Formats: sequence, C-alpha cells, structure tokens
Amino acid sequence: MYKIIVMVKQVPDTSNISGKVMKEDGTVNRAMLPAVFNHEDKEALELALQVKDKYGAEVSVITMGPPRAVEMLKECLYMGADDAYLVSDRKFAGSDTLATSYVISEAIKHIGEFDFVFAGRQAIDGDTAQVGPQTADKLNLPQITYAEDVLDLKEKTATIKRRIDGGYEILEAKLPLLITVVKGAKEPRPFSAKRVMAFKNSKSLLDIEKMGNENALLPYTNLLEEYKSRNLFINTLTMEDLQLDISRLGIKGSPTKVHKVESVVLAGGQAKQVDANREGLSTLIDELLHDHILG
Amino acid sequence: MENITKEVWVFVEQRDGIAADVSLELLSKGRKLADSLGGVLKAVVIGHNVKGIAENTFKYGVDEALLIDHPKLEKYLAQPYSRILNDLIKEKRPRIVLFGATIIGRGLAPRVASSTLSGLTADCTELVIEDVTYLKKDYPKLLLQIRPAFGGNIIATIITPDNPVQMATVREGVMEMHEVETPNTVIITEINYEPNETDDVIKIIKQFREESKVNLKTSQIIVAGGYGLGTKDNFKLIHELAECVGGEVAGSRAAVDAGFCESERQVGQTGVTVRPKLIFSVGISGAIQHRAGMQDANKIIAINNDPEAPIFGIAHYKIVGNAEDVIPMFIETFKQKLK
Repeated sequence: MYKIIVMVKQVPDTSNISGKVMKEDGTVNRAMLPAVFNHEDKEALELALQVKDKYGAEVSVITMGPPRAVEMLKECLYMGADDAYLVSDRKFAGSDTLATSYVISEAIKHIGEFDFVFAGRQAIDGDTAQVGPQTADKLNLPQITYAEDVLDLKEKTATIKRRIDGGYEILEAKLPLLITVVKGAKEPRPFSAKRVMAFKNSKSLLDIEKMGNENALLPYTNLLEEYKSRNLFINTLTMEDLQLDISRLGIKGSPTKVHKVESVVLAGGQAKQVDANREGLSTLIDELLHDHILG
Repeated sequence: MENITKEVWVFVEQRDGIAADVSLELLSKGRKLADSLGGVLKAVVIGHNVKGIAENTFKYGVDEALLIDHPKLEKYLAQPYSRILNDLIKEKRPRIVLFGATIIGRGLAPRVASSTLSGLTADCTELVIEDVTYLKKDYPKLLLQIRPAFGGNIIATIITPDNPVQMATVREGVMEMHEVETPNTVIITEINYEPNETDDVIKIIKQFREESKVNLKTSQIIVAGGYGLGTKDNFKLIHELAECVGGEVAGSRAAVDAGFCESERQVGQTGVTVRPKLIFSVGISGAIQHRAGMQDANKIIAINNDPEAPIFGIAHYKIVGNAEDVIPMFIETFKQKLK
C-alpha cells in the first residue's frame, strides 16, 4: 500500500476584500475574511483519493494554519482522507514561503515514511506556487509541478502527465516524489454523507484544550482520551512537538518582508464620457477612425 | 551580513534550443538594475548546444554569460537544473537573480531559493533599486519587488533586507525587451557539469508542444471580457466585437476562472501583459491585478454597467451600459460607417 501526504491550505476568500482587512504593518488580517478550502489543494486531494481507489493507498492531509483550519481538515475527512494533521502555533504567524516550507517539511518528516507528497500548484491568497517546490527541496525529493494526472503506478515508479508551456509532457519518476496539481486536473468528489456523520465532531488538540479550559468539569486528559477513542481526534503538531529552530520561522525566519502596501487610488475623471446610444457610439467610432486606431 | 556582490543574474530559459522571450525581457531589465547597482549583468544558460543562446544574450547588454552545456541538460528537469544553480549561487553569491514566471521558472526558482535560503517574490510587475530604511535600519540599494497581492486588491512592495541574494520571478511581457546599441565583448565562461544519479530519477517519456493560436502580446486591438458578462453565452459578444474590429479576444482572471474563455487569453498580473493600440474592456471591474496587465494600452474603452467600476479610472472612454445593448449597437454603427 502506498502512503500519500497531501498538503492543503485554508485560504481567505480573496474575492471578498475590504479595506479593514489590511493591518498597519501590511500583513493581512485573515480573521476578517471568510476562509475556504484552496481549490487546487482540493484537486490534489482528489487525485490522491483516485490513486487510493485504483492502487491502494493511505492518504493523510496536512495543513499549517490557525486552529480554525480544522474545518477544512474535516472536509478532507468527508472526502475520504484517512487522517489529518494540523500544524499550528502562534509563533508560525508571519511566515513567508521559505519559513512555511521549513515548518511543513519538518512536520512531514515527523509523520514518517511516505511515497508521495501531493499539493495544489498554488494558493489563491499569494499565487506564488513556491511552497511545493521549496518543500520538495527541503525533503530532498524530486518534484513535478503542474501535474494533471497519475497515468500509471508500478511498484516504486509513477508515470505522471504534467502541463508545460505550450503543451504537456509525460514523465516517469521514481518514488518518493512530490507533485503539485494544477487547476482543472480533477473535479473534487462530493462529501460522503456517511463520513460527514462519522467525522463532523472531530477536534484538534487545540480545540480540546480550549474546551478543557472553559469547563472545569471536563478534565482535559479525559476529553483527549474520549476523542481519541471515538476516532474524532485530529492530530495536532506544535512548535515543541516538531522541535523547530525558531530562527527559521515566523517573521524572523522569513527573508522577504513587506516594505509597503498601497491600495491604489485611481485618478479618475480622465475618461471621456460616451453615451450608451447610437449617437454617442457614432461619435466615438468617428474619433477612433480619424485617429487611425480603428479601421 | 556576509559580503554582498553587485552581480545581477538572469536565468535564460530555453525550450528546444530557443531562448524564451521573457528571459530576454529580463536581461533588458537586469541591465538597468545592474547599472543602478554599479554592477554587472550575467546570463546563465543551461542546455545542450546552446552556445548560440549565450552569445545572443550580449545583444541585451550582458557583461558575461555563464554556460552549462551538456547532452543530459538538453531539456529542463528540476533536479539537475536546480543543482547547477544552487552550486553556482552558493559559490558566487549574486546580489539579484531573476527568473521568468513560466512553468519552468515557477518550479525552478523556489527550489533554488529554498536551497540557497534566499528571499523570492513571485510575479513581480516592477523591479527597482532604491535605498531603504526598514525598522530604523538603513539598507543601501535594495531591490524593491513590487507586485499586486492578495487577489490583486493591493500593491505590495517586498524587500529582502538581510539576505545576500534577492530573487524574483516576472511574467512574460511585463518588462520591455531592448537591444543595446553597443554590445559588450562576448565573454562566455563555460562551467563543467558533472552528472549525478539524482538527476535521473525523473525521465521525460514524451513531450508535446504546439504553437499557440492566441497571440495577445502582438495584437494591436484586444477585446477583453470579464465576469460582469454573467454567462459564457454572453461572452460570445466579446468574440463578435473582436471579429468586427479585427481584434483578439481576452479575458479577466474571473472570466477565465468562470470558464468563459481559455486561460491563455487571461490578461493581468497572473496572465499576459499587453500594450495594444486599443483595448475594449467589457464587464471588467478592474482589480489591480488586471489593470497591471493592460494599463499601458494606448487607448482604453471601458464598458460597464457600474458607473463606479475602478476600470473607469484608467479608461480613456467611459461607456456606462450593459454589454448586451452596447456591443450590438457598436457593431452595427461601425459596419455602417465602413460601407
């Protein structure tokens, strides 16, 4: 049986931005935005589940993010992931792609042996497409970006179709391997109703700690045992679990810094108003013809 | 911080022995950056039988080309290419390394940045050298990496203050290509490539490419449609107008995401940057990330039913109305005039 780890990310819905969302220091106040499952990551999970259906695999999902990312991890379980890992710590805040790939790669090492790491090509909040290849580098793995399909899998060799500029190529790769999956590769399956019922009450360690803190009648250790025994525990990894080097994460461990952020104010009023009727358009066309812009 | 150099490097991407346009555009930009730094511009060419490409880079102002030529490097593979760059960068410590934001560049640059612990900013729309004060500390001649961020709603200036190597990727068409009047003497430094067994873990079985039928970059007239058109069926209006005025069809990111048109037609920061004589912008609100890819058009005609749409802020002609009404009327009036 193959072991696949899928990197997923909960992203702010960037189609819904208001001025209040930006903080003074130029970083984004993600708490102000609705959070969604990054679609290319969802497609990566779908591809992993198809490999599981066809060749047999255990599929784990992993995310680095705030405690509320558990909601997305539950969606992964509803689709068919076997288990989920939340990598979360306040100290991770402000990490750029290099720092993020350090944390994620250490978390993947912590999980153990695997044949594949899958990820979406990029996330809609930054569109950088950097964390995949950077994680591959840190795990010393070969990488295939912009993958569209796993065409075949024989023992420790995978045949992968990927997009290239102006076409596609077919590659044969030895495992273990990291691939990033491009938009349009696989339509994610709907949630299984049975799995929704089974996992909807899943909680991370952070959720359970919070419940324990809020209610003295519910001792934390008992709660933890209970959630574990009911298979409702989402694995949670923090800074200490992973024994990370603090100088390599967060704002301090990020070589790129946001120097300035501007929301561009447009001059406006420069445009010539054209009436949306025949007369207005006729004048416009005359002008364009006269200036040899049209015709 | 360790000693920093004044070298600007451009990774010159080649496919089937032809240099990518974006790399030549970056050489032109790199020349300017090197001049601002008071430094030198170097081209890095990796491939097989690509000495001609290395020679050709001097037309764009290169001071020295680094050539790594080997039969095993004929086609791009992430591992050998990144290994070569990692070793070179760790040894020579260039101040700036630029990559095209192509599929190859977007896979290679982050891998190299990770290995060399460099800062990397994707899809920059402008690159400038400036003295910067950051957290009360002065940094002379830093690379400002400017890009729309966060779904294209804001413009961010990214810096890499405390690292010796600053890296950025740029999309094709964003920078302008210029040949220099008097090229430097050709100096090509050949660098030895030693194959390694890790270079063979991925093999190319088949490669297929075709010439794209869409060429937005060279089109003089572009008709671009956005999400405001509402349906794919309504997007046909864009095709009709384009056919009428002899233009090429384009779309905003939202239009592409909604499936109204193909991704190769996307105009904007994460698509193609265009500088046509005339662009019609129909049902496009005008987020920064879109405007970044078309604001240098000679004339912009914006058609939108929202009189407050940001696109009107950069348009030369403002038409407030529904595309369903305005476009057929425009086509009819135009055809009558040509009779």
